[in-house]
Amino acid sequence: MNVTALKSKTAPATQPKQAETKVLPVNAKKPDSQWPGRVKTIFLANILPPVIVVASLLALWQLVLSGGGASLPSPLEIWQQSGDLILEPFYVAGTQDIGLGWRVLTSLERVAVGFGLAAFVGVAVGAVIGQSQWLMRGVDPLFQILRTVPPLAWLPISLAAFMDSRPSAIFVIFITAIWPIIINTTAGVRAIPQDYRNIAAVLRLNQFEFFTKIMVPSAAPYIFSGLRIGVGLAWLAIVAAEMLTGGVGIGFFIWDAWNSSKLTDIFVALLYIGVTGFVLDRLVAYIGQVVSRGTIT
Amino acid sequence: MSYLKIDHVSKSFPLAGGREALVLDDIRLNIDKGEFISVIGHSGCGKSTLLNLIGGLTEVTKGGIILEGREVNAPGPDRAIVFQNHSLLPWLSVYDNVKMGVQKVFGKTKNRAERHDWIMENLDLVQMAHAADKRPGEISGGMKQRVGIARALAMEPKILLLDEPFGALDALTRAHLQDAVMDIHARLKNTMIMITHDVDEAVLLADRIVMMTNGPAATIGEVLEINLDRPRDRIALASHPEYVRNREALLRFLYERHRFVEAAE
Repeated sequence: MNVTALKSKTAPATQPKQAETKVLPVNAKKPDSQWPGRVKTIFLANILPPVIVVASLLALWQLVLSGGGASLPSPLEIWQQSGDLILEPFYVAGTQDIGLGWRVLTSLERVAVGFGLAAFVGVAVGAVIGQSQWLMRGVDPLFQILRTVPPLAWLPISLAAFMDSRPSAIFVIFITAIWPIIINTTAGVRAIPQDYRNIAAVLRLNQFEFFTKIMVPSAAPYIFSGLRIGVGLAWLAIVAAEMLTGGVGIGFFIWDAWNSSKLTDIFVALLYIGVTGFVLDRLVAYIGQVVSRGTIT
Repeated sequence: MSYLKIDHVSKSFPLAGGREALVLDDIRLNIDKGEFISVIGHSGCGKSTLLNLIGGLTEVTKGGIILEGREVNAPGPDRAIVFQNHSLLPWLSVYDNVKMGVQKVFGKTKNRAERHDWIMENLDLVQMAHAADKRPGEISGGMKQRVGIARALAMEPKILLLDEPFGALDALTRAHLQDAVMDIHARLKNTMIMITHDVDEAVLLADRIVMMTNGPAATIGEVLEINLDRPRDRIALASHPEYVRNREALLRFLYERHRFVEAAE
């Protein structure tokens, strides 16, 4: 998916550009004067292709697995057995029997805390490291190694340290999401043009003023591409962590469904996770665009 | 005692292997209050380094720079710089770019309304009040440079340092901005030092022109006094004997005695 594609790109300098080019085709389109004509163009260009592709894939899936004796359910079976999960995301029928919408929200709450902490600490640490050549050389190898540790590998350590599943899950998100944020912020701070530093020097800005007035706006495109990678990783981590720690999140739901042999429920849950991850990615990208608007001269 | 005293200033940069590159050697210059000085020389002769030394952005290796009896050793708003590439912050509007400096310098001495008036007054001075809400990306190169000048002026500096401010502009825009600078100098009577490599620009604007020898170890070759009455008009001056004589003196210095040698860079 999107997230893994971003993750594999290690050179942070290319990130902001990538984030921009993704949006360009929509903006670059010439505004069609005729309103119905415009709607038609958008439909033909942007909506029709994915609809056709998804429909064909579903048909293929149905064709392959409808023969009987297949170990996985077909799309129709999923709809018949678990369609209510799609249609009613927010039902409550008991403490453990709640809609997937609620479960996603529970997971999102954990992600919000863990990712929020990671964003705050990551930007602060990245800003400090980016200002010092020596520190940069010292910590970079460490970060490059820790960055590659899979989220779940942190879980046992986290459980041992916190002795409780909730803070452990949050810590796993934090430690997973923080590396790309630190690394990108560092790169962004190092890329601040000397001109801006000269202005800060002439105006005698103090450290705090330099941080808020020069560093953050100048490094915003880098910081936000780090945050975008981070939020993707955080969402990856929460699902995996919840599978092991339990609770009411979407990750635990999958594990629960597997244990009670409700395969069709798992497929629906995957759909929820995918859509939520996509929305998170777009949300951070959108905030980044709003914040760094006008940065390109 | 002079307003700004550049006293036996040398600047060298460390090279690999423990050696040092001497860029500027024994610069001596006294500048009076209200004077307009142009510094001219071939590229690579250390003109910009000299300006950075006065601005405090680069540290002096030997000697000292004294402004109004106090040594300069750090950058500050009393020596505002207009940079060659305007250096406006692209995420701030024209108004906010100027405001940033005003808030820092007059945050305690002027109230909110006074600061606003002061910002608009300075934008007006460079005829950019109409674009106060625009972002740097939305205005032309000449306009950006005007805003850069307004930002520097709004700090009410003791000395305005201009580092080849019009080098990247086309000839017509440059002429407009030269007129604007002359007008501001006539009105505010501030001290200005301008780096340039344009002979006409130097003669038109300056009271004195400092001619730099070629680097390495560049120093002041000659100082030329320009005895032309102000206000100066570029068209009337074009055939003025004094103007022509000064221009020739500059050209002789630059192209006969200190011809630019590529290998010297």
